[in-house]
Amino acid sequence: MAEPRSNDSLIAALGAELVPVRRLLPPWLRMLGWLAVVAVFAVLLFAHYGDEPMLRRWAGAPDLAWAALGAVLTAVTAGWSAFTLAVPGRSRAWAWLPLPPALLWIGASGLGCLRNLRGLLAPDTSIATLHQSADCLVFIVSFSIPLSALMVWLLRRACPLRPLLTALLVGLASAAASASLLEICHAFDAAATDLLTHALAVGIVVAVNAAMGGRLLSKA
Amino acid sequence: MDGIHALDDTPLTADGSLVLDGGPAPLPDCRAFVSAEPASASEQADRRRAAWMAAAQAGDRRAYERVLADSVALIRAVARRQGVATDALDDVVQETLLTVHRVRHTYDPARSYDAWLSAIAGRRAIDALRSHGRRDRRELHDEFVLDRQPDRDDASADAERRQQARRLREAIAQLPPGQREAVEQLGLREQSLAEAAAQTGRNTGALKVNLHRALKALRGRLHGDD
Repeated sequence: MAEPRSNDSLIAALGAELVPVRRLLPPWLRMLGWLAVVAVFAVLLFAHYGDEPMLRRWAGAPDLAWAALGAVLTAVTAGWSAFTLAVPGRSRAWAWLPLPPALLWIGASGLGCLRNLRGLLAPDTSIATLHQSADCLVFIVSFSIPLSALMVWLLRRACPLRPLLTALLVGLASAAASASLLEICHAFDAAATDLLTHALAVGIVVAVNAAMGGRLLSKA
Repeated sequence: MDGIHALDDTPLTADGSLVLDGGPAPLPDCRAFVSAEPASASEQADRRRAAWMAAAQAGDRRAYERVLADSVALIRAVARRQGVATDALDDVVQETLLTVHRVRHTYDPARSYDAWLSAIAGRRAIDALRSHGRRDRRELHDEFVLDRQPDRDDASADAERRQQARRLREAIAQLPPGQREAVEQLGLREQSLAEAAAQTGRNTGALKVNLHRALKALRGRLHGDD
């Protein structure tokens, strides 16, 4: 099997099988395609809840707006880097792209907690009970399922040579997108319990993606 | 997009604008001179391969065979650098060529072909090292078992062998017809490529591709790895 002739015959066979292919679109364009689906979910949620409660919360407690911006940017950058890393030859450094927005997201949520501890509640909100926090967890996890599945399906058309890293980014992107969607109808103020449930939900989504998505992507 | 360009593995070309970006602002008439400067041999070869691959994506068979033939040396160099043994290099070459064939639509002709190919070859080299590691461990384990059980005709070992053979036969039976034929002719009857080609009426290249795919599928099915 090691003789050079066998390479030649393999090349000839692959040449005989050659058909024209449609080139993969640039990663940022594929990321926008995925984001369009997130936007559809957002439009549906806005249609149901309206944007007024969210804007009122943000006006009263700007840290909530910063946290939401961080979550949206984390979804965009994690999605972009996942689609980029799925193309062979792209640098691993892309995996760091979501870090700054993720820090903004976590930092602003933490600031919200501190504000809350000083007794300054955001308008029209309450502190979520444990039961209500569980609803947030269910929301994030259930929106993450279709968003992750869609991204894994799209990524399988590329060639993720680092399946685990790519799957981690898929998890982060879909969890951040779901947390952004939750912001539209989230009538609870930042508080330790709420923050912990959000962190737990994101952790679950990332871990499940790493476990399942890694396998799905490595067979791609 | 250009702002993040520097993040990529893409080797910098000697394209005037890139070279000049880092330095002091050039005089306009110098720019043409620098741009006209010849690129290094490896950069030229990279661009040539990039052009061939772009043509191959559009269905140009001659360009495709050229770029694949041109890729072999590069794949071997990547595999050798990763520590793949000399006798396993051609396996990595062939696995890489099969992957290139499958994912050729992911190549962007605006970027380096060599960087794209090296990434795929590097991954296939790691796969080869891992599967060799696994095989070595298994062989060691088998020897150990043999030492402890000198009676080779031991009934349970015999039953286990029969069971393994049955699993292998079942796995072969589940392969697509072309792949099954390649395994039967080349692997089980130990015919040469030419004999098998004469018998099946397929060309030798197609048999090779089928054998490769079949072995990969069997490995996955029997050892649970891909």
